Amino acid sequence: MNATTFSLRRTKFDWASFLFTGLTGAATWLILAILLVILGNIAINGSAHFNWRFLTGGTERDMFSVQNAGVLPMIVGTTARVILMTIFVVPVGVITAIYLTEYAHNTSIFTRIIRGAVNNLAGVPSIVFGLFGLGFFINYVGRNIDSLLYSHGAEPIWGKPAILWASLTLAVMTLPVVIVATEESLRAIPQGLREASLALGATKLETIRKIVFPQALPGIMTGAILAIGRAAGEVAPILFTGAAYYMAHLPKSPTDQFMDLGYHVFILSTQSPNIDQTRPLLYSTVLTLLILTFALNIVAVVIRGRMRANMRALH
Amino acid sequence: MPEAKRSVGWMGLHRGHRARPLEWIAEKSIFLISLSAIVLVFLIFLFVAREALPVFLGQTDSSHVQEIIPASQMDKLSPEKLREYLGLTAEEFASKDRETLKLLMEVREEGAQEAPQDKDAKINTTKWRYILKPYQWSNYKEPEYIWQPVSAVPKYNIIPLLIGTLKTTLVALLFAVPLGLGAAIYVSQLAKPRMREVVKPCIEMLSGIPSVVLGFFALIVMASVLQSIFGYASRLNAFVAGAALALAVIPVIFSIAEDALTSVPRSYVQAALAVGSTKWQAAWQIVLPAAMPGVFAAIVLGFGRAIGETMIVLMASGNASIMSWSIFDSTRTVTTTIAAELAETVVGGHHYRMLFMIGVLLFAVTFVSNLVGDVVMHRVKARLEGKAK
Repeated sequence: MNATTFSLRRTKFDWASFLFTGLTGAATWLILAILLVILGNIAINGSAHFNWRFLTGGTERDMFSVQNAGVLPMIVGTTARVILMTIFVVPVGVITAIYLTEYAHNTSIFTRIIRGAVNNLAGVPSIVFGLFGLGFFINYVGRNIDSLLYSHGAEPIWGKPAILWASLTLAVMTLPVVIVATEESLRAIPQGLREASLALGATKLETIRKIVFPQALPGIMTGAILAIGRAAGEVAPILFTGAAYYMAHLPKSPTDQFMDLGYHVFILSTQSPNIDQTRPLLYSTVLTLLILTFALNIVAVVIRGRMRANMRALH
Repeated sequence: MPEAKRSVGWMGLHRGHRARPLEWIAEKSIFLISLSAIVLVFLIFLFVAREALPVFLGQTDSSHVQEIIPASQMDKLSPEKLREYLGLTAEEFASKDRETLKLLMEVREEGAQEAPQDKDAKINTTKWRYILKPYQWSNYKEPEYIWQPVSAVPKYNIIPLLIGTLKTTLVALLFAVPLGLGAAIYVSQLAKPRMREVVKPCIEMLSGIPSVVLGFFALIVMASVLQSIFGYASRLNAFVAGAALALAVIPVIFSIAEDALTSVPRSYVQAALAVGSTKWQAAWQIVLPAAMPGVFAAIVLGFGRAIGETMIVLMASGNASIMSWSIFDSTRTVTTTIAAELAETVVGGHHYRMLFMIGVLLFAVTFVSNLVGDVVMHRVKARLEGKAK
């Protein structure tokens, strides 16, 4: 604070300082303004048509009709795929994080390779996950299951796009999110708790199970919610692994295809027969997707905030 | 003997207890599961590359006119050669009788007569020569770079796609680097600490917007606004796509750069201020140079994000694979080509393999840029933390 008074006392006005502060400040405010414009535009245009009938309606009559079409099939599809994904990704992510914080030596080459792989997984383009899902899950795993279970030449059951494959693809994509969040919460647990448990004669695994894990639970939940928030809006990985342009009924089994909220936004904005007429439908679908992802993110932020406060009290 | 196994070394502590057999198994399984990240990266590369392998090995053939053997000469061929010629698996070949095989050969002959009478129809366009270099197709006045997989003669020149990717990525970085970096410097060095508590959640919110929503916003709102300002001809083009892409890249650049700038020890700034420099002089001449590798990492990782983004570009770029350097022309990138075309290809066909091939290229480029960004980021952190002590 003394520095500011110091610079004020200078006799010459510092133009460079003024310009630099002004420009960087303008950049910051511009970003905030753009965010506000995007959210405001969607909220205002989307809320007009955003009602109960829209949320609970289906697409039986006409998916492009503003009066009749609803988003229930897409909400069901998106929810189903993220729930399945959570079941796959959370155990693997949590166990990896436990290994990295509780067992691994930080300096070993091996740990560094695991960390490198996790970081790399986070940076792989989403469309490449889509290619992987198609090449590995559908064309390799799915087809092999089919040829094992059913006679040759039968209609494929597993070797085609399905909720199961879309969720598995998304699970691979969100694995780094879960690992990083869980690790953070494990590292926040005071070392003294572990030492006390060990001193009382507990084994390492008992300490992890009964002391470390319960403490880390909020962090694990944060990771899961962040992963869901990330996955809920992703479209590119599910383009070829499960999302359907149109389905007359809701998906009944994990080997069914599904309609997806994000993919539906894409369809409504690019395939609509009359974009001006279907605009209210499009905007309210976007609003639904945004509310879904933001609600999840906010819940994650709140849990994380509470967790950090608790940890501070413990230390 | 598993019973004798001691659990040694817990973060420097050596208070081992005899691990029970079940625990020994559990601990080994924890270790095995933790390898999944490595296995997955490996599998991704393996299975994307596996589908593209025939292109790399030169085993794909897109030419319509292939060597034709008249059906009358069937008996002169060995069974193995005949099977290869008809492109059947051993199982299929065994299940067919002589008449069916003869029929297949005749069908093959007729197909050859119906193929386009074009000199280009004989070309295998999946060879590297046609993928990378321009070629003068019939009815064209000069050699050209063309990506046109769905036509009588499929053309797979990837240069237009690479240029399209480069254009959108550069436009995105042109917007995102100054904005993201400027905001990072302002928030970490110049603004009041309270400002940070406002800006950081907002940027997190921006990164939380699904890319399909940003694409929608670019398509419905930004495209029209930008067209009325700049007055270019095609409404959707590399410029609009790049501008929308910048919205996805800004959070990446901001958070990494801000992290790097904040990790510069506070004492550096205090020393600079104490000898009479202004806040911006301290930020520009002391903090920024110290955090430069981190800033570099931010830009590299932002580049990786921009080059791999699909939905935004798919919706806002206009999707025409035109060979042009103008950013105001409708354009098509590597990612959007995969997204738009893969659904319509035959599994195992040359178009399908070609799309996986460009997927491998994309994976390789992002892999390298992530690796570089990561290594640089860790170095700068280690160095600064070392100095702070």
